[in-house]
Amino acid sequence: MSPILTARDVTKTFGVQPALRGVDLDLHEGEIVAVRGRSGCGKSTLLHCLSGIIRPDGGQVHFRGERLDDTGEAHRSELRRTRFGVLLQHGHLVAELTAAENVALPLLLGGGSRRAALAAAATWLGRLGVAEAAEQIPGRLSGGQSQRVALARAMVTQPEVLFADEPTGALDSLAGELVMQLLTRVAREQGTAVVVVTHDATIAAYAERELVLRDGAVDPTGLGVAVGTGA
Amino acid sequence: MSASYVLLGLLARGPMHGYELKHAYDQRLPRAKPLAFGQVYSTLGRLERDGLVTQAGQDQAGGPERTTFAITGEGRAALEAWLSDVEAPAPYVTSALLSKVVVALLVADPARATEYLSAQQQAHTTRMRELTRLKSDQDLTVGDHIAVDYALTHLDADLRWLQSALHRVADLHREVRS
Repeated sequence: MSPILTARDVTKTFGVQPALRGVDLDLHEGEIVAVRGRSGCGKSTLLHCLSGIIRPDGGQVHFRGERLDDTGEAHRSELRRTRFGVLLQHGHLVAELTAAENVALPLLLGGGSRRAALAAAATWLGRLGVAEAAEQIPGRLSGGQSQRVALARAMVTQPEVLFADEPTGALDSLAGELVMQLLTRVAREQGTAVVVVTHDATIAAYAERELVLRDGAVDPTGLGVAVGTGA
Repeated sequence: MSASYVLLGLLARGPMHGYELKHAYDQRLPRAKPLAFGQVYSTLGRLERDGLVTQAGQDQAGGPERTTFAITGEGRAALEAWLSDVEAPAPYVTSALLSKVVVALLVADPARATEYLSAQQQAHTTRMRELTRLKSDQDLTVGDHIAVDYALTHLDADLRWLQSALHRVADLHREVRS
């Protein structure tokens, strides 16, 4: 089966600092892949290039055969709204809207009716065990609840790929475990492929395989650091 | 040694025969090293000899006759003393993993060390994935969860320690070269 998302020889430099140095990645339908490495290794930059948030300086990114790296922001933004889901470390919920309205937002932006969008939001909040939070504003939610609402918002459009950047980084271990269990469960149920960026091996263990980056390049040893010896 | 106290702890909840004890043990400590039936009976024999448990009758519920054991007052006191005794944090690290990593970093050439360390990390990661999949299983008991968490946390600690060791050696190399 051919991959749905591919990166070939992707490079990105910020100023004079190379962040990505020729990264290749194949993501298959419904697959969960972790991107791991120490801070500054380029893992978030890779996620941003794959999801079309930024354009790489070199190389190519294809989504279902369509080239992403040379298309305009409007089209990439449309893809992110309709076919990708994004979940960040801090949910970035809109503070003035209720949880249900936050989840409904991607559907409303896509021109859906308010009634249908709120019904879909209620379904997703229920699936993720936060139905009781529907009418709360984000400021009244716990960290774990906020992330589950943000996950509902990322999944409400039934994306083909979910990009998660340190999705449990701000949570305690049990709340983080619940978010990861729900994330992997709903992704599998929906057939959504997932790219999860993390520095944490216990989070990477939810994935089926992992890609370790070192200084902006894939480290085939998986160690993320050059091995010196004291000999 | 702790198997005796686990059996005492199980009997503290009410009398049981050996067969029930074995099943209760497996249920409460599902991922511990399995306790063989023979070991249950030999442990009960020792506990009885020491006056910590006593025979409390025969049970023949549709099967062979079985001796039921109950914890004694002395047994409860011993269990209480064991629970009050804080486990001493190990003064020395005794781990084959530590020895191998140190030897790999000190003795082997970088390519050989990388090969071993990479394979070791892979083995840990694979086991962590298996345990994480188990944790997502809806039917897991609390005992299972606690045991899986214990294993996962220790594997994660190994990996974190391995990363620190690699970074320390890499930093040292940079300093030496500069």
